[in-house]
Amino acid sequence: MAEKGTYRVKKGMAEMQKGGVIMDVTLPEQAKIAEAAGAVAVMALERVPADIRSAGGVARMADPERIVAIMEAVTIPVMAKCRIGHFAEAQVLESLGVDYIDESEVLTPADERFHINKKNFKVPFVCGAKDLGEALRRIGEGAAMIRTKGEPGTGNVVEAVRHMRKITEQILQVQYLPEEELMTLAKELGAPYELLLEVRRLGKLPVVNFAAGGIATPADAALMMQLGSDGIFVGSGIFKSSDPHKRAVAIVEATLHYDDPELVARVSRGLGEAMPGLDINLLAETEKMQIRGI
Amino acid sequence: MPQDAENKITASGFYGDLKIGVLAIQGAVSEHIDAIENCGARAFPIRNAGLIPELDGLIIPGGESTTIGRLSRKYGYLNEIRSLAAAGKPVLGTCAGLILLAREVEEQEPILPLMSIKTRRNAFGRQRESFETDLSIPVLGEKPFCGVFIRAPQITSIGEGVEVLSILDEVVVAAREKNLLVTAFHPELTDDTRLHCYFLEMALEVKHKIFNVKIGQNVE
Repeated sequence: MAEKGTYRVKKGMAEMQKGGVIMDVTLPEQAKIAEAAGAVAVMALERVPADIRSAGGVARMADPERIVAIMEAVTIPVMAKCRIGHFAEAQVLESLGVDYIDESEVLTPADERFHINKKNFKVPFVCGAKDLGEALRRIGEGAAMIRTKGEPGTGNVVEAVRHMRKITEQILQVQYLPEEELMTLAKELGAPYELLLEVRRLGKLPVVNFAAGGIATPADAALMMQLGSDGIFVGSGIFKSSDPHKRAVAIVEATLHYDDPELVARVSRGLGEAMPGLDINLLAETEKMQIRGI
Repeated sequence: MPQDAENKITASGFYGDLKIGVLAIQGAVSEHIDAIENCGARAFPIRNAGLIPELDGLIIPGGESTTIGRLSRKYGYLNEIRSLAAAGKPVLGTCAGLILLAREVEEQEPILPLMSIKTRRNAFGRQRESFETDLSIPVLGEKPFCGVFIRAPQITSIGEGVEVLSILDEVVVAAREKNLLVTAFHPELTDDTRLHCYFLEMALEVKHKIFNVKIGQNVE
């Protein structure tokens, strides 16, 4: 008997994306540019995070018509975002046939206490995390892929670096602590104990872990890959730059050859203006998207 | 490599002598490396041109076929893969790898193309239709093989000389043509290494033939 949407199939889908770049797009034409540049998937959005940030107000799931138009434009997988805790938006996205749902802090949260029970869905979910506890809570709820939160829409990689380093440091800690200390650590991290044991056994998260939030240049992508990311999400960084196609190709190649500085140098030449960046320190705490979610 | 792997000697020889490459552009690279090493052979990620000719066999993993195809061409892997196959060495393509090897791909240009099969991408549907199921693969023995299908392609027709290895609901999902082996599913996402071992047997056979030719013995 064929069984659809098993956890292995959901996790496996993310494993097929490893080493690749997933790009935010708002239009079918942008999706085609991303596909031609070598993106492994696109994220269909109403607005990129930088525009969500400047527009203010409540950011919701994109119009299904827009998502469907993007799905029809490309053959690579299409992801879409729903609000944290908004399982009805997730149901709508699943019914449209999107390949992956991002329960995302980029949109305005719909529930301040609970995330979606992702095990109820046949379609896999990716969720953001700032640290190991948050990553394992999301995996406990059924997420099949994790990404750093970073600080979306800023073009500033500092927060993605912080989150990736934090997760790596905590995984090392889990591996080297005596086993009797793990239950207390589980309590401190707010992480399911069984998943901590699994991390200890594997020496890594049990699902794929991508970098996201503020990646704007090929060198940013190479940095995150060298810090241990399995792949890269680029949000505003591509279509807010002056030459999206060229930049998209360059980020794809830098992600593949992240440990080859000569190649990263070559693809970084003459890319034009990167997206304008934001200093995280100038953002008020309430303006930070990464604090959303539990 | 697992502890007992070094001693693993099969009827046809010693897997530990084999060097298998996994094309490491994107996708399920480490899973294939683990599976090959669990069988007792050595596996390497191939991230630069020039390494493929040294191999005893190559695996083209699952991932996004458009991405893998485009970058393989750009980095000069395609000709190296063609030469490897022309030398009779085995190539295993899983999912996206199957698409790269196919001589015909519906609605798009073929990529390598080496194997006399026609394929349709994403033929089982989008991700929510992805599934796992027990397959019968007689060359691997009676025990069913767990087939993990992720936005998988189908083989829609086969040419002369192509051996069908597995059929699911009248659709060909695994096939072999001489030294080319393809699956629409992902054997590397299970703990069952029978398909990887079967591939290593193909590699051993070729390695022995080449060795015998070198020392002047005619094996035919």
